[in-house]
Formats: sequence, C-alpha cells, structure tokens
Amino acid sequence: MKPPFEKVVARHGPTVLRVVRAVLGHADADDAWSDTFLAAMRAYPDLPCDANVEAWLVTIAHRKAIDIIRATTRRAIPVADTPDTPSREHAPDAHLELADAVAALPTKQRQAVAYHYLAGLPYAEIATLLGGSAAAARRAAADGIATLRRTLAHNPFDASPHPEPSHEHS
Amino acid sequence: MSTVDLTALYPVDGDDITRLHARLAAAADSDDVLDVAYRIVDSPVGPLLIAATPLGLVRLAFGSEGHDAVLQDLSDRISPRVLHAAARLDPVARQLDEYFSGRRHGFEVSLDWQLSKGFRRTVLEHLAVDIGYGTTASYGTLARLSGSPRAVRAVGTTCATNPIPVVVPCHRVVRSDGTLGGYRGGPVAKRALLDLEGVR
Repeated sequence: MKPPFEKVVARHGPTVLRVVRAVLGHADADDAWSDTFLAAMRAYPDLPCDANVEAWLVTIAHRKAIDIIRATTRRAIPVADTPDTPSREHAPDAHLELADAVAALPTKQRQAVAYHYLAGLPYAEIATLLGGSAAAARRAAADGIATLRRTLAHNPFDASPHPEPSHEHS
Repeated sequence: MSTVDLTALYPVDGDDITRLHARLAAAADSDDVLDVAYRIVDSPVGPLLIAATPLGLVRLAFGSEGHDAVLQDLSDRISPRVLHAAARLDPVARQLDEYFSGRRHGFEVSLDWQLSKGFRRTVLEHLAVDIGYGTTASYGTLARLSGSPRAVRAVGTTCATNPIPVVVPCHRVVRSDGTLGGYRGGPVAKRALLDLEGVR
C-alpha cells in the first residue's frame, strides 16, 4: 500500500529542505524544494511500493539542484563557485560561520556531507549520484566534515556527540 | 572530539513547510498532477473530509470513518497523488456551510461518481435528484425509482456505502416502518441532518 502523497510531503519535506539549503544556499532552496516535490508527485504512482522514499527524493533533489546551479552559473558573471549562504535572519553567529563553511566546501564535498549527514543516505547511493566509488563518496564527506570541524575549532558552538544516521548501510 | 550538528544548522519551521506546501498544491493543480485534492471542514456533525478530483467531488467522509483511512483508500482506489489543497474544494466548503446554517437546500457542485459503479451509481443518482430537501423516502421507494423494485437490500447497501453522503442525501432514506435505518456517519448524524431539514 502506497501512502497518499500528502504523507510523503509531511514526512520528508523538512529533510529535503535542509538538504537543498545545504547544497544550494537559502535563496534557491525554495525553488529546488518545489521542483523536487512537483517532479516527485508526477512520478509517484510509478514508484515501487518498497522503494526508499527519502533516498528517491534526495536523488530528485540532487538533479534539481544541479539544474539550478547550472542556470545560476549561466546567469552569473563572474561565475560564482559557491552558492548563497543560509538565511541570516534567525541563526546564531556560530551557525552562520559554519553555514558559510558548508557553502564554501567544494561542490562534491558539500553534496556528500548533505546527503549523508542530513538525509542519511549510504555512501553507495551517494556514489551513484556523484559518480565514482562509494569509497570516494565517503572520502568527500570526511574531507568536508574535517573542514567544518576546523571551523568549529575556531568557533565552537556544538561539541556534543551527534549520532550517525541510523540507517547507515555502507 | 567535537562533532558537527548539521541538522541544527538548517532549522526548518512549520511556516517553511506551510509556505512550500501551498506552492506545491498550486503548481500540482496547474500541472494536472493533483489527482485528489482534499481538505477538512467543520460541521455540526463533526469534522468532514471532502475530496475532489478534477472532475468533481468524489468523497465526503465523517470523522467516525477515520480520515487517515479514508485518504489511504482514495490513494489505493483513485491515485496516490493525494494532496491537502483547499482551493479546489472552496465551492463545496462554502455550500456545506450554507447547508448547515439552513440557508441552502440543494448542492450545485459537479460530482465524480467513479467510486460508485453500475446499479449503485444509478441508485445514488436517483437519490441525488428525486428525494428533495426536507423529505424522506423508504429504501423500497428508492429501489422503485431506480428501476429495480425488488432490489431493496442492494439499495440499503448502496446507501450505507455512499461515498458522498450529505451532498448525495442518503440520510433521507429511511426504513418503511419509520425507523431511521443505518448511516455511514452513525445514527446521531443521520438524525441531526433530518432535524436540520425539519423532518420529524
């Protein structure tokens, strides 16, 4: 039995929004989220009942984010390699600094970090999105996290242990 | 060793999701992928779920039916592309409001009959047209109107499983001995609707 799409939005909407905010920055995140869920809704009847819905959504979000990055790159002169930073309205300073650090990561590292640490995607699936091996995806995420930790070391705001995603497979 | 809490870095609040959900509902509607739109409206007989396809109102459900179960059923029988989307249901919601406040005696909304096939659909179409506000008919009368005078039991089943109660007024069908008979929304709701219409 396939749940009504409304349940999919309620269950996974926040995670997908975090992922696209991390990958694209705050300014383009709404567009990416909307493109993702509209495409997902269109394809939903054909999704196998036993599919991992969140991984499927992240796959769509990944492609929609690339579309937006390409469109932005075509528009922007000079070419900006890093996306916009997250919202500055509510975030504490340390969050801003860390979010800036996420935004400044090389694209693959930023994607690997977002897909693994925000959406819990296993590295094997991240590898199919980014190309390359699961080991390379794991390395990209590890390199990204290492950079973020160096940022934290300068401005620590959260030293508490954070559990690894529970549905880790790789 | 310090760890990076990325989830805290990207806070998502209810307003974000509400805003994006509304945008999705509008885009899905204009892109023809909103197969089933629904919303919940308050009424004197409890919260009612109303659901519409592009063709029209397809389902009205009482709270006692369990709205989650109803949505799952719509997903299974019509399409899983089910989304909470108010706009398509605005005319129905307004007319229900008028009906429950006694200002409206008939509904002018297009109906999607796809959940009722064959004889059941015939029965419900007669019910919608032939038994007016403030009147009642027996199951036998409705069977006769439907062209199958001996199908009284089938008519009873049809009324009990009417997918669009209130708007298709199966509450106006009662037993020939004058007792109310069953109702999808329960006997209390049936009595309340007949009281509203001034039926003693």
